[in-house]
Amino acid sequence: MNKVVNNRAWWLVLPVFAMVLFNALLPLMTVVNYSLQETFGNNEFFWSGAIWFEQLLHDDQFHASLLRQIIFTSIVLVIQIPLGLAIALCMPRSGPWVSVCLVLLALPLLVPWNVVGSMWNIMALPDIGLLGKAINSLGIPYNYTRQPISAWFTVVLMDVWHWTSLVVLLCYAGLVAIPDAYYQAAKVDGAKPWAVFRYIQLPKLKHVLTIAILLRFMDSFMIYTEVIVLTGGGPGSTTKFLSIDLVQKALGGFDLGPAAAFSIVYFLIILLVSWLFYTLMMRDEAK
Amino acid sequence: MAEIRIDKLRHSYMANPQSEDDYALKRLSLTWQDGGAYALLGPSGCGKTTLLNLISGLLTPTEGTISFNGRDVSHASPEERNIAQVFQFPVIYDTMTVYDNLAFPLRNRGVPEDEIKTRVGEIAEMLELTRTLNNRASGLTADGKQKISLGRGLVRSDVNVIMFDEPLTVIDPHLKWQLRSKLKELHLRTKRTMIYVTHDQTEALTFADQVVVMNQGEVVQSGTPIELFEMPQHTFVGHFIGSPGMNVLPCEVRGGRAVFGGEAISVGNGEKATGKGRTEIGVRPEFISLANSGIAAEVIRVADAGRFRIVETRSHGHLVKLLVKEGEQVPTGQTFLAFDPEHTQIYEDGWMAGARR
Repeated sequence: MNKVVNNRAWWLVLPVFAMVLFNALLPLMTVVNYSLQETFGNNEFFWSGAIWFEQLLHDDQFHASLLRQIIFTSIVLVIQIPLGLAIALCMPRSGPWVSVCLVLLALPLLVPWNVVGSMWNIMALPDIGLLGKAINSLGIPYNYTRQPISAWFTVVLMDVWHWTSLVVLLCYAGLVAIPDAYYQAAKVDGAKPWAVFRYIQLPKLKHVLTIAILLRFMDSFMIYTEVIVLTGGGPGSTTKFLSIDLVQKALGGFDLGPAAAFSIVYFLIILLVSWLFYTLMMRDEAK
Repeated sequence: MAEIRIDKLRHSYMANPQSEDDYALKRLSLTWQDGGAYALLGPSGCGKTTLLNLISGLLTPTEGTISFNGRDVSHASPEERNIAQVFQFPVIYDTMTVYDNLAFPLRNRGVPEDEIKTRVGEIAEMLELTRTLNNRASGLTADGKQKISLGRGLVRSDVNVIMFDEPLTVIDPHLKWQLRSKLKELHLRTKRTMIYVTHDQTEALTFADQVVVMNQGEVVQSGTPIELFEMPQHTFVGHFIGSPGMNVLPCEVRGGRAVFGGEAISVGNGEKATGKGRTEIGVRPEFISLANSGIAAEVIRVADAGRFRIVETRSHGHLVKLLVKEGEQVPTGQTFLAFDPEHTQIYEDGWMAGARR
């Protein structure tokens, strides 16, 4: 068979390339550019090599915020994924309650991020906030502007409130897509509910769960707005996550070079973890 | 294993069925012998899957009872009924090996592991799955997966009935034939009661000893493949079974004979015909021959169908098809047709005259 090769079609793809160039590659390359140079203003740059990277990798402050970030993301994933899956399993499959559940669940996702932060900021105020007052009146000392534990508790709770819905919606879509015949076959085979979950639902949800974990990993690893509004990284720097640290470096100190190196390392961490995770989850598929 | 008795069964998917039309399955009674091979045959939406799901317990009947060996199971769960079902699309447990898939129904019932091993070994042998036992089930082809579904039914030695819901739909044509003969062989070997639902007449007629033909929620006829072919109780059966289907021609009934196009024709059930309602002659293409006198007809088209040729003729404004053996002369233009009286029947309002309703 003779294949007709017509390269003129590339012209049609050109606009897309141009867009990718302007909105992804160029800004990224600018950052790479900054990360390898030193500047004292006046648009004068001096080559500095890998100094910023070396400095960053030996920076205790960076280590601390990276550790906090890893702990935060782990906690968030450990809570949100099982909780989201459990809620999706409890949701009705048909009837009028489906739309009610879906709308209720979608609500937190529709709230602007800084509003989420403000909402929780006010709600958790120990003297007048609904949550803060309630916890304190139970006899548990709670003050998120003073106690690191309270601050962490509030930040995690806020993120769970904000993002568990996404996991629920993804899992629910996956569950609804399982053909009835599987449940009928399981009934005929005498499978108990646990076996139905373990051998039908969980394997069929593998793909959506992979996506859910990836999205939640990336998003929580990059969390900024809600936390900066709620705690501002405090008390002290106990809730200072990577992005807050980065913004303080880049804008507060105007250290362009170190901040650019920080950005690149940050980006590479997310890319590497996502890639590793995806490859591991999809390993069986290739066989 | 069990004798299945269905008594005045009726089912509607609506909460409050009002008229007869609201019933997906109209009232029906049937008895199926232990160890028989049965087929439910009918077009899509005729209620055959509904009936199957009622028997398996995936649905609860609106009215009537189903009993296995005299025990009323109308409201029992599929597990209590101890049945097996093979679905249209192969259902396998993706993460398990073929062995674990086959062992699954036994493990759920707490059968000891060494007994499971012998049972699974036997069934895998029967289904020719022994070589793939340790492979992941998800890697198999559609027919392999369907074999696993079937195997999960066969692996329990005490199942009352194994049901098949159009199991060959997603199987490649050349494997369909293989799997079909496998099913037949398994039935002969295991002597389980099997019920096979399909809209494909070849599958039904080759698999079953007894075929139940359904249309619009009703059983139209239940009989052996030969009975369905030679004595269709309803013109629907005549159309649906046979290729090409039965010729149905309007006629009048006079003195125990059918009159078609001014020509009196001897029929098998002439004396039973009352002549009331819409009267028609039904005769299969196999039982019409070309003759020198009789019913005038004009040959329109001849189509080759292997050992036979299908001759389409027009007689008194109606299309009549007949089969002619390969090599036999087919005249062009005007000719005459003769109907075999033994296999020509009068139908009144669709039902064979004199047939029990």
